[in-house]
Amino acid sequence: MRTTRRTTALVAGAAAALLTLTACGGDADPLAQDAGDDGEEMSSDTIVVGSQAYYSNEIIAEIYAQALEADGFTVERNYSIGQRDAYMPALEAGEVQVFPEYTGNLLQYYDPETTATTADDVYAELSDALPDTLAVLDQSPATDQDSYNVTAEFAESNGLTTIGDLADLDGLTLGGPAELEERPYGPEGLADVYGADVAFEATGDTTVQDLVAGTVDVANVFSADPRIQTEDLVTLEDPEGLFLASNVVPLVSSDVADQVADVINPVSAALTPEGLVDLNVQSTEEQRSSEDIAADWLSENGIG
Amino acid sequence: MELFAEALAWIFSSDAQSGSLPLSEAIATHLAFTFVSVLIAAAIAVPAGWVVGHTGRGREAAVALSGAARAVPSFGLVLLLVLVFGVTHKVGASTTAFVLLAIPPILAGAYSGVEAVDRRVVDGARAVGMTPRQVLGRVEIPLGLPLLIGGLRSATLQVVATVTLAGYVGSWGLGFYIVQGIQIRDFAQILGAALVIVVLAVLLDLLFALLERAVVPRGVRARHETSS
Repeated sequence: MRTTRRTTALVAGAAAALLTLTACGGDADPLAQDAGDDGEEMSSDTIVVGSQAYYSNEIIAEIYAQALEADGFTVERNYSIGQRDAYMPALEAGEVQVFPEYTGNLLQYYDPETTATTADDVYAELSDALPDTLAVLDQSPATDQDSYNVTAEFAESNGLTTIGDLADLDGLTLGGPAELEERPYGPEGLADVYGADVAFEATGDTTVQDLVAGTVDVANVFSADPRIQTEDLVTLEDPEGLFLASNVVPLVSSDVADQVADVINPVSAALTPEGLVDLNVQSTEEQRSSEDIAADWLSENGIG
Repeated sequence: MELFAEALAWIFSSDAQSGSLPLSEAIATHLAFTFVSVLIAAAIAVPAGWVVGHTGRGREAAVALSGAARAVPSFGLVLLLVLVFGVTHKVGASTTAFVLLAIPPILAGAYSGVEAVDRRVVDGARAVGMTPRQVLGRVEIPLGLPLLIGGLRSATLQVVATVTLAGYVGSWGLGFYIVQGIQIRDFAQILGAALVIVVLAVLLDLLFALLERAVVPRGVRARHETSS
């Protein structure tokens, strides 16, 4: 009988664990992470620059940091703070004061129901949606947003240039992260906006490899992904604005916005979409540190 | 409790039954990954474990291997094998990772089961004229079966929980809902899928508990009952 008793204990244990797990339910976000702040106050002439745990974002943050330093600010770097849920509380509390962000994704964080998709609409709505403690400086022409891509070969043999051209093809499979299926620009959006019917296949971290290997025909890749260049992919144009425009934008604390605007706005203006891809290539292909990449970029563009 | 109720509601909702991966298909692929992986692992580890237990040779290696393999991070292994095998062989790559995960407990169950047989019983079997092969086949293996089933049981539980990771590389298994749910912040879906995994694990565990009792040889059971 020993085994049966053990099983009963196991079932009871599992049930107890579940109850504990659900007890913290309610409205709270059970996955929310502590931003890791220690409530430490910064002196007013020190600017804290933060970044996401994303190499491309860190390069932009490093460019901001070096530009600020060149202008005489004391900069403290707080990189790789994780994803939006983790760092936004720290920004709203003023513990991090300058942060490279992306207009569309940030707007979606504050207003998940937004219908704006073009760059200017998104920027305008974002400025309104931000809490009083935060402000955005000028947006950059550089974007890092979702895009649909096919291999150059596939584009050529089927005469594809825009997403709408997909509507003429049958039996296509769309690959991307699992959540793409539920996004407004996912399979449903493709059918509604462009009349293209596609099957969906979750490809996780290997989306680009899957596209190249041919297990999927169309893939959701970030527009600044260096592999669009290195793997010879073609990004399909999006004339109907299926995707939310997501330009690089500096998110700053309102109380330092005026101080840093003169330094950072020229940086944003000089950062082009191609320039951003180039920065990413230097990181992923040439394995250079974000510090070196940022220093070179600033001197090439005559800033700082 | 609200989230718990929402999770249960998700399991029976039409949302879960539609989409690119209906729930029934997710359960089917989840169990298929589990059974195929455990079967392949058993085909390798059971004979190996019996030989190790019977001869005592290679015991050190088996102990070291089953200990070390437990420390292998399964998530890393799945992704690594997908990259090594190539994205066209994701199913094979994931299965290989789960097989590697299932081998240590089965190996341990197989050799310790044979090893744990009372030496006097083995001597007795030899004394009545059994060949080494007969000692293994008629004495050591039957008497060691409960421990072997125990090994299969823990391997199955470990694999059924770990197959969740397959959701990171493709549209398979219940892990798909968890991976998707985290990104779209659908906690009912995450917990719902997790609950289904828990139910599968508990059911499989019950099944093995019954099997473990059923394989105790009649003579051994009779002795246990009289002595306790």
